[in-house]
Amino acid sequence: MHALALLAASVTVMGAVMAMTRRVAVHAVLYLVVTLLALATVLVMLGASFAAMLEIIIYAGAIMVLFVFVIMMINLGQPDSAREKEWLRPRAWCGPGVLATIMCAELLYCLNPPSGPAPAPITAHDVGLSLFGRYVLMVELVSFLLLAGLVSAFHIGRNRVGGR
Amino acid sequence: MPAFSFNDTLLLATIVFSVGLAGILVRRNMVFMLMALDIMLNATALVFVAAGARWHDATGQVMFVLVLALAAVETAVGLGIIMCLHAHGRPTLDADTGNLLGGQGRG
Amino acid sequence: MGEILLPLLILCPLVASMIISVSAGRVGTCAIGAIACVGVGLSAILGIILSVMLLSGPAAGVLPVVLWRWIHVAGFSADIALTLDRVSMVMVLVVTVVGLLIHVYAVGYMREDPGIARFFSCMTLFVAAMLVLVLASDLLCLFIGWEGVGLCSYLLIGFWYDDPANTAAARKAFYMTRMGDAALLCGLLLLATAAGSLHIGAVLAAVADGQVAPSGVNVAALFILVGALAKSAQVPFQTWLPDAMAGPTPTSALIHAATMVTAGVYLIARLHDLFAMAAPVMALTAVLGTLTLLMAACTAMVQSDLKRILAWSTISQLGYMFLALGCGVWQAALFHLMTHAFFKALLFLTAGAVIMRAGHEQDIFRLGGLRHAMPGLTAAFVVGASALAGLPLVTAGFYSKEMILSGVWHVHFGLTREWTLSGHPLWGMALLGAFLTALYIFRCVFIVFCGKPGTVATGRTSRLMGIPLGCLCFLSLCGGVIEMPDTLPPLHLFTALLDPKTPLSHADEPVWLVLAGALAPLAGLGVARVLWGRAAPVMREIPGQAAITRLARAGWGMDALYDLVFVQPFRLLTWLAHHDILDQAITGTGRMTRAISGRVFRARAGFLDKLAVWGTRARGWAGHLLGRLDNGRVRWYAAWIAGGLCAGLAMAVLS
Repeated sequence: MHALALLAASVTVMGAVMAMTRRVAVHAVLYLVVTLLALATVLVMLGASFAAMLEIIIYAGAIMVLFVFVIMMINLGQPDSAREKEWLRPRAWCGPGVLATIMCAELLYCLNPPSGPAPAPITAHDVGLSLFGRYVLMVELVSFLLLAGLVSAFHIGRNRVGGR
Repeated sequence: MPAFSFNDTLLLATIVFSVGLAGILVRRNMVFMLMALDIMLNATALVFVAAGARWHDATGQVMFVLVLALAAVETAVGLGIIMCLHAHGRPTLDADTGNLLGGQGRG
Repeated sequence: MGEILLPLLILCPLVASMIISVSAGRVGTCAIGAIACVGVGLSAILGIILSVMLLSGPAAGVLPVVLWRWIHVAGFSADIALTLDRVSMVMVLVVTVVGLLIHVYAVGYMREDPGIARFFSCMTLFVAAMLVLVLASDLLCLFIGWEGVGLCSYLLIGFWYDDPANTAAARKAFYMTRMGDAALLCGLLLLATAAGSLHIGAVLAAVADGQVAPSGVNVAALFILVGALAKSAQVPFQTWLPDAMAGPTPTSALIHAATMVTAGVYLIARLHDLFAMAAPVMALTAVLGTLTLLMAACTAMVQSDLKRILAWSTISQLGYMFLALGCGVWQAALFHLMTHAFFKALLFLTAGAVIMRAGHEQDIFRLGGLRHAMPGLTAAFVVGASALAGLPLVTAGFYSKEMILSGVWHVHFGLTREWTLSGHPLWGMALLGAFLTALYIFRCVFIVFCGKPGTVATGRTSRLMGIPLGCLCFLSLCGGVIEMPDTLPPLHLFTALLDPKTPLSHADEPVWLVLAGALAPLAGLGVARVLWGRAAPVMREIPGQAAITRLARAGWGMDALYDLVFVQPFRLLTWLAHHDILDQAITGTGRMTRAISGRVFRARAGFLDKLAVWGTRARGWAGHLLGRLDNGRVRWYAAWIAGGLCAGLAMAVLS
């Protein structure tokens, strides 16, 4: 494994861990962005540059901005940070840590993939062809999903204005 | 020789997934729970792309795009709910307070 | 040529409907009426052209048009396809010609209404949907039209939606027909799984080949019959039609008298080969039809609302059609459908004009003596009433009813091999029904048009409303001479038209059969003249009226039946959902644990004591865990999911 690959992988994992342990939400978002960028690097190394671009543009760009907006609007202040500290006592990590470790160990134990010759990278051209060829119905379904998300987000937001 | 073998990628995805799982179980703040969900979704998406690269099939990246759309919808709706709860005067974003019907948590 | 004209037949009213609904509020009343009439009129002209083309072709010719393939999967395929054969041709002519006359009338009738654009867009849409229903050669395609006419019916019953009663009536009609639609869909699915296609020809061929098991045929026919009964407001679904009179009068004439309610009759007539294989269902159809016609005639006798009388008489006449279908003389059912469309549309339209000129008064006892004020309308109503009663020789209703009666007389239901049922009792009841029909409709005529003057008539009937009435008068009088009993000049144009190869035989028909059929309405007319014909009626109320009225108001006990069959199970389900069984069980477990541990504590003796403490503690933990299972906290749910996943993976790993 390349040194670069090792670096990207470790940055991904570390970023995820840091994002999950921060007390201030904005810091966590920043770590999450770092994780996503590192993950995009991993994707490039897998030969999926199209997916990597999407990851950066949509995930690190759009979705994270959404998080930042919401954190700004609900304005979590000092007491919130203190409360997070209260919630993040070492004792709280016991059960979930054990559960996640078991899960991780089992999954790693299950991994036994074949290794084969190196494939050629898949271009955006191939993805587009199969996206609008074989999977065009799925694209339509996803558009339904997006529409449903849009409508429900709108509905919830409208209730906020008209409600109590 | 690609930088990542399939096995390494699966290893990475597993670890990231577990971190996300631990996060969702530990954090009581709903914003953090959403972030943990996003991390888990990313791990699964990574597995799809890796499998697509391994068997040289564009389907892996098609699934990646679909997971991306799913994550976008989930985040938008989740954040909308958080905003709504916040606007209704809930003092904290503690997910454990919303455990009763009728919206009246113990928080 | 025909391939182009046939879709156009449906497209004309559809396009008119779209134009009207888009241009609502921007063009004047006259333009809207003109667009609607042109749309339906073009459709009528195309219908006549296509009929001529069909009749000039070979005897068994049909005109099939496959528009596009709709569904094609392994084991099932469905097309959007139209077929014009001789059965659908009759129906197309009835729908378009009567529809055109009613549209022309409606232009005059609805002129003052602010919602005229909505009205006409629904009406033309209805004509289009009805034509889809009639012309579809695939049962799934027919179902589209079936739902379409139901929708338009709902929209038009609730047309004046300011009054909650009207919207309630619309909802009632919608729900009642919806139950039938569900049954119809079940029947279609059964046929589709058995035959692999819903093309009418393919289904009938599969049934004739014996591809479908006899029990399957019976069940499918029963389901389709339920659908038809609900659409045609027969027992036990009859309650929606009288309430449906809340809509504007042209709607009542077009949808709830002439066309939509006869869709059930048409469907069964199309599938008569299927029903011929299901003898018990045929017998059930005949019996239900007879029941309906008697019950509806009795109810019509005691009503005092003019439009409600006509609505009950529609139900009664539809009962005749179902009786004919049940006896296998579907040609007679279609013939009666056609004449009924003529005279019932005439009656409704005349009643609408009378009510309009009498200041929107619908109670027949407050009307009265209108003979002098509106002689033209009186003549039209009398013509319609005589056709409905079936006065011999001069009216269309006589010939069609005669055909049904003679068909019923000859029928034998072979229910099982040794047990057959003769049609003679049914014939007797149908004859009684004919007598009652004449009695109630002439009661209405004598009370409204003779007797003491009631309300003051104002205004004049506009020419736009008069011309359609004249045309319908002509059709009601002369529309029946194309088919006559053998005792009279043997003229069988209608049956020859429907099926040129095997005309219905009227042979060995005793003369007294026709005579009885002719005398029953005359007797009814005579009795009505004696009872209500004088200036001071002999009796205002018929004996037993109070009982029948009460029964009719309670829907002949049907509302109680609906309550028992539909409402109560639903309430039981909601009760169950409210008193969560699982919840009860968990609570019960906790309560039992507490009780037991209390007992055990009370024992208090050495080891037993300790055991009790442990037991309580263990049960407490268990209860705690159980409580954690559904404490409403998302994180715990996630933990349970993760735990389950771990366990599943562990099983996969360790095995």
